[in-house]
Amino acid sequence: MRGATDDHPLARWALTAITIAFVVLFLLLPLITVFSAALEKGFEVAWSTLGDPDTISAIELTAITALIAVPMNTVFGVAAAWAVSKYDFRGKSILTSFIDLPFSVSPVISGLIYVLIFGLQGWLGPWLREHDIKIIFALPGIVLATMFVTFPFVARELIPLMNDQGRDEEEAAMSLGASGWQTFFRVTLPSIKWGLLYGVLLCNARAMGEFGAVSVVSGHIRGQTNTMPLHVEVLYNDYQFVAAFAVASVLALLALVTLTLKSFLEWRYADEIAAVHRH
Amino acid sequence: MATLTLSGSWKSRKNALPGFGLSLGFTLFYLSIIVLIPLAALIIRPWELGFDGFVHAVTQPRVLAALKLSFGAAAIAAVVNTIFGLMVAWALTRYRFPAKRLIDALVDLPFALPTSVAGIALCTLYAQNGWIGELLAPLSIKVAYTPLGVVVALIFIGLPFVVRTLQPVLAEFGREPEEAAATLGAGRLQTFRRVVFPSLAPALITGGALAFARAVGEYGSVIFIAGNLPMKSEIAPLLIIIKLEQFDYAGAAAIGVVMLAASFLILLALNALQVWTAGRR
Repeated sequence: MRGATDDHPLARWALTAITIAFVVLFLLLPLITVFSAALEKGFEVAWSTLGDPDTISAIELTAITALIAVPMNTVFGVAAAWAVSKYDFRGKSILTSFIDLPFSVSPVISGLIYVLIFGLQGWLGPWLREHDIKIIFALPGIVLATMFVTFPFVARELIPLMNDQGRDEEEAAMSLGASGWQTFFRVTLPSIKWGLLYGVLLCNARAMGEFGAVSVVSGHIRGQTNTMPLHVEVLYNDYQFVAAFAVASVLALLALVTLTLKSFLEWRYADEIAAVHRH
Repeated sequence: MATLTLSGSWKSRKNALPGFGLSLGFTLFYLSIIVLIPLAALIIRPWELGFDGFVHAVTQPRVLAALKLSFGAAAIAAVVNTIFGLMVAWALTRYRFPAKRLIDALVDLPFALPTSVAGIALCTLYAQNGWIGELLAPLSIKVAYTPLGVVVALIFIGLPFVVRTLQPVLAEFGREPEEAAATLGAGRLQTFRRVVFPSLAPALITGGALAFARAVGEYGSVIFIAGNLPMKSEIAPLLIIIKLEQFDYAGAAAIGVVMLAASFLILLALNALQVWTAGRR
């Protein structure tokens, strides 16, 4: 017999069917399209398009960008979480809202702000041109825009986690004679490592996948300032569909690996990563 | 600001842990360089046009049409996502069905998939010869290269915000109130309408607003399927890029400020909503 709080079997069946249909239609089909369009002319053809020098240079640029932006934001995230969670000071809640700010800014605006400073007609534009320094349409601009959009990931993962943990254990270690850095590496770091990994994982996925912000500052110079997501656009607009979807497949695989690791961390270390997981 | 905060708290601090000055100093420095100063540049820039110039820049017909499309399509997508997101979140938290874990994990896909990848996939799918476009063509429904395509892309990008906001609330919402309602003779639908829905409403509004805020500024997943015809299917973020390419920095910044102001207003309203619901408990 049906319990008092169980839904009518018909309602249950209908809601389940709608859920599956909606997710398949709006999420699964686009994902399958990426792979099927890449493999339209066979695996060999798709694979060989990845050997194109411009594609290889895009893969390299994406890796370099992530290798700079992710560690920077990780160090920042740990420092910010340490300051916010271990001490009491005025303006703390304003500081945490400021840290979250980049999440509520459009990707295009995230690129635009750096053009307004470093672009040809930006605040520092004339000075940069005199000294022959390129930031916009070059690697520094791409890294800056990436740093902006991935700015909050590590910090917002660690702040609630370290808030919950308090500072008792660190104070105990200090009173037993450990130095500040010893306390951090031996006491704090081991207790936040899964949360940290979780934040770094999401930060990296976004750093490698960011399109809008990087698009504004990159200039789309083939073989020089195209990251993988930008290269997808260039190839697609060139009607090189197999090549575009081959690069897109690599990015989609990266997304799937990220989601798998994320689900695994949520399942295995649920208690050791922060409870709130909104992005 | 940094020194003020430091000295202000120094005295009241009963804390033996070192590293306060270093960690807070680095945080404020890095935050200022990467986030605050660049955002200040955006807010200051358009006013070189003067107030009238600013108003003129954001009320040109092409700009107004783009803003209308971005906000309008985002609103429609947010409503669709709120309705279907509730069903998805409900089924995922309350029912058991095959491949549930897979469906649950898939909900996060729009967070993880680069937007340009989503963009070309959606465009291919809904084009005249695409899997879905082919089915819709006999019904003479065109999705790709129309405003409807913009809405489809924004549904894709916004769904996880609603589902992931609702799931924890649904999971924590105990069965007791529902049991009580049932004991008092309420039917299942009545229970949902009178008991469950009111307690879900704040989370529904929050999720919908987050999806809306994200959709207004979305660029990558939209530009391929939109067709980008000025006055018809050109979104505001694309117009910012077009203005930048014409070296109209102030005009680009003016559109940016309008969009930024809108998303801050949404955030403020959400905060007010949270304070209000917390006060009612």
